[in-house]
Amino acid sequence: MSDPYFEEEHNILRDQIKRFVAREIVPYGEAWEEQGYVPRELLKKMGEMGLFGLMHEEKYGGSGMDIRAATVLAEELAQSTFGGVTVTALVHTNMASPHLALAGSATQKEKYLPGIVEGSKITAVCVTEPGAGSDVAGIRTRAVLDGNEWVINGSKIFITNGVYGDIYFVAAKTDPDAKGSRGISIFIVEKGTPGFTVGRSLKKHGWKSSDTAELFFENVRIPAENLLGEVNKGFYSIMKNFQHERIVLSAMAVSEAQKAIDITVENVKNRKAFDGTLWDKGVIREKMARAQSKVSIARNFVHYVSWLDTQGGDCIKEVSMLKAYACDIANEVMYDCMQFHGGMGFMSESPIERLYRDSRVLPVGGGATEVMYEEVAKRM
Amino acid sequence: MKVLVAVKRVVDYNVKVRAKADGSDVDLNNVKMAINPFCEIAVEEAVRLKEAGVATEVIAVSVGEKSCQEQIRTAMALGADRGIQVETDAGVEPLVVAKLLKGVVDKEQPQLVILGKQSIDGDNNQTGQMLGALANMAQGTFASEVVVDGDKVNVTREVDGGLQTVSLNLPAIVTTDLRLNEPRYASLPNIMKAKKKQLDVYSPADLGVEVTSHLTQVKVEPPAERKAGVKVADVDELIDKLKNEAKVIS
Repeated sequence: MSDPYFEEEHNILRDQIKRFVAREIVPYGEAWEEQGYVPRELLKKMGEMGLFGLMHEEKYGGSGMDIRAATVLAEELAQSTFGGVTVTALVHTNMASPHLALAGSATQKEKYLPGIVEGSKITAVCVTEPGAGSDVAGIRTRAVLDGNEWVINGSKIFITNGVYGDIYFVAAKTDPDAKGSRGISIFIVEKGTPGFTVGRSLKKHGWKSSDTAELFFENVRIPAENLLGEVNKGFYSIMKNFQHERIVLSAMAVSEAQKAIDITVENVKNRKAFDGTLWDKGVIREKMARAQSKVSIARNFVHYVSWLDTQGGDCIKEVSMLKAYACDIANEVMYDCMQFHGGMGFMSESPIERLYRDSRVLPVGGGATEVMYEEVAKRM
Repeated sequence: MKVLVAVKRVVDYNVKVRAKADGSDVDLNNVKMAINPFCEIAVEEAVRLKEAGVATEVIAVSVGEKSCQEQIRTAMALGADRGIQVETDAGVEPLVVAKLLKGVVDKEQPQLVILGKQSIDGDNNQTGQMLGALANMAQGTFASEVVVDGDKVNVTREVDGGLQTVSLNLPAIVTTDLRLNEPRYASLPNIMKAKKKQLDVYSPADLGVEVTSHLTQVKVEPPAERKAGVKVADVDELIDKLKNEAKVIS
């Protein structure tokens, strides 16, 4: 099977991750869903394989590859059917640590990146607050320079890797008078800094093996050099990484949808009913063929947009279309797949039940569908 | 000690293959391909021998179209030092592969050749043995343990009655069984390093081998679908059916 958008090394990487997923994730995923987080040993194994350094510079232990490698990672992890495991890894590789890679100074990168690549230090990105989600400009967490220390006050919510993470990239207002998205800066805050606490571990509809936190910052004092990038320019740094974040989430969505189809087709082909199997029923055949067509087309677009990103131009319109469409159809497909599982699909022990739950957040996180389509419309 | 490892590009084991409508072959159109799992075990064993200081160089060889370079690169990502592709577009059968490998053996003079006991596409389980005959080398097939001891290699084999250990004079041939080892994952940095490793391409003519087919594939068809079972009233009826319908007892 040749795909014009990928190189030989991507295919080899895909095969290795596939084997890793089958051996190291699938047999244990259910226990991790139960305990609510992914064990650090797994993350270290992923680090050893180089999966956390895909796009980081070689001098820090990474492999310096482009987004296509991350797309491969997202697709193959998603095949595990454990969205919580997938997102734990993807937040670390493509949503949190890129802030350091893109905006960090040489000193900051030298200090943190090797541990991030190894998987000994796990990262989280803290932007969302109770009063600010997709509208980043609305954040209220404040940072004030006091001598050679920044003092942070405020709170963050829905932070993936927030409970068990080590390094947090925190967005805070540094110029409260600035309008809109200006006046925001990003800071590196390490776990254990006095005043920085995990308020609670949040219970969720899906992604149960991923830890999600509410975080509090009470007079958290960090050294001035923990400012990431330029002061008051944090919003632009956040924006810079949006496209990659959305591409991997789309890759995850489409791959999970494909897995759901595979499981469901297998199921209906074996399910005896009305003097035959469910697969003999035209209504089911047509719906599954329709689902497969959507997913195949979306997967092609994932691969195309991943490649397009490597060509250097602006691809916000394409990424926005992809994010909205891929995550939406994933949910449509999951609905039918669950339906065709009958009563069994409603049982927590069936993978389709988990895939169905996990897919719900995809059109919300990393840029809501409505916001994505607005980005598309602006460019029409 | 130089070790030669053969790797084959086959349909990925996760793929459910289908027969072509005309029954001429398995449909390989747009099907995902991968390294044969037994070959992966062979590569792992060779790399472990190198890590243990027993082997000095590991060479991965494959026979096939240009696309099989991907599997050679996989072997190099797993730790093989360099690769050889014998390029041919003809669908090659075990005897031809064995002859081509014999050509590579003559060129490279390895002390040990490790192959998978079979590939999961043809399931022939012949190439290693044929190579043994052609190259006049001792062979230890279905290995579950390989220990090199001076100028000998002791191979523990999985046979019907249990385990058998044979002691072979080097140079020798080993074919791997499933339980020989658990292959490692190639790390991404090693995948990238493999891109820079040497990969030589030979034609069958370079090795003095003419690719001729001795086999004709008559027909490929899917296995019969399993029929629903029947309930029997008692043991007598069961015995009667086994005797007269299934004809499995007399």
